[in-house]
Amino acid sequence: MAQHAQSLPGTHEAGHEHPTEAAYIRIAVILAIITVIEVAIYYIDKDASWLVPALMVLAATKFVMVVGYFMHLKFDDRRLAMIFTGGMVLALGTYIGLFVLMHFHKAIEFTAFMTSAARQ
Amino acid sequence: MAQAVLTPPAETQTHGAGHDTGHDHGHADHPPTSTGINSRKLLMWLFLASDCMFFGALIATYMIYRNKSLTGPYPHELIDIPYTSVSAFVLLMSSLTMVLALAALQKNDLRGSRIWIAATALLGTIFLGGQFFEFTEFHHEGLSLQGNMFGATFFTVTGFHGIHVGIGVVWLLTLLWVSLRGNLKAEDSLDLEIAGLYWHFVDIVWIVIFVMIYLIPYGETGEQLHESAAHVINTAQMVLGIF
Repeated sequence: MAQHAQSLPGTHEAGHEHPTEAAYIRIAVILAIITVIEVAIYYIDKDASWLVPALMVLAATKFVMVVGYFMHLKFDDRRLAMIFTGGMVLALGTYIGLFVLMHFHKAIEFTAFMTSAARQ
Repeated sequence: MAQAVLTPPAETQTHGAGHDTGHDHGHADHPPTSTGINSRKLLMWLFLASDCMFFGALIATYMIYRNKSLTGPYPHELIDIPYTSVSAFVLLMSSLTMVLALAALQKNDLRGSRIWIAATALLGTIFLGGQFFEFTEFHHEGLSLQGNMFGATFFTVTGFHGIHVGIGVVWLLTLLWVSLRGNLKAEDSLDLEIAGLYWHFVDIVWIVIFVMIYLIPYGETGEQLHESAAHVINTAQMVLGIF
């Protein structure tokens, strides 16, 4: 039965490569260094225009490394990656949707205010 | 039949335990599925995708109400970056110990897997202790769920994350207990892998929270992101109004 499960076409449980323990430790060191950089650039210049984008890029890098290597998504079935990415896209969509909704609401109020002011 | 499923043949165990790269996970004892993906693993990934949306909604709400508190205490008066950085580091390292526990179990190194599972649970507990201390400090400073917008959103986001970490710690301790009883071996590594997926997810959520809540500065400079985006939307709205 176990042999049958392994021989199924598309069965991904066998045959993929995972990083070694040494590779996991290297990845963890990189993640730690990125965290140090995040904190360091926070103290370098809080007013810098590049601070927020830089923090976003560093966080995204850490995110992708953990998901890809520690959660093995890089080496696992692509459909699992699609499922997780779907969730991520919906989460991001929720954020963008809520943000636009809130500010669109403000813009409508602003337009109504300007219109009434112009009429007076 | 049931016994055959529960007790895989010797060559399957050897294959799972002896795999050099450790990818077989030694869990070839599950019945075949139409997708070819283990159902429990698929279920966990579906749960994590839905949890993405859950935390996405919470973090989005936090960001929308960021800097909208009318009364104090304000975030820049309370947040301690060095302290939270240590917490973030602890949780990040717990992901390493988690993946090392799985690697050890896949090699049938039961002692090693127990040590790494215990280390992961310990690091998770340290993180929770740090969060409890932070919450207590903030509460002493006058921050509460009902007090202002920062308190309401901050405690909700980080509180739900803490609950997730707590569940993870209990899960890991349960697996450690199972392992000590001799019931977690290389062929059961899928059990640990699924717990690991959950644990790593908790870690990546904190990666996002650490930046969004703690590191992006508050006050005038902290408004950069929203103000610039709001400016674009407002300008577009006015341009559309003109035409």
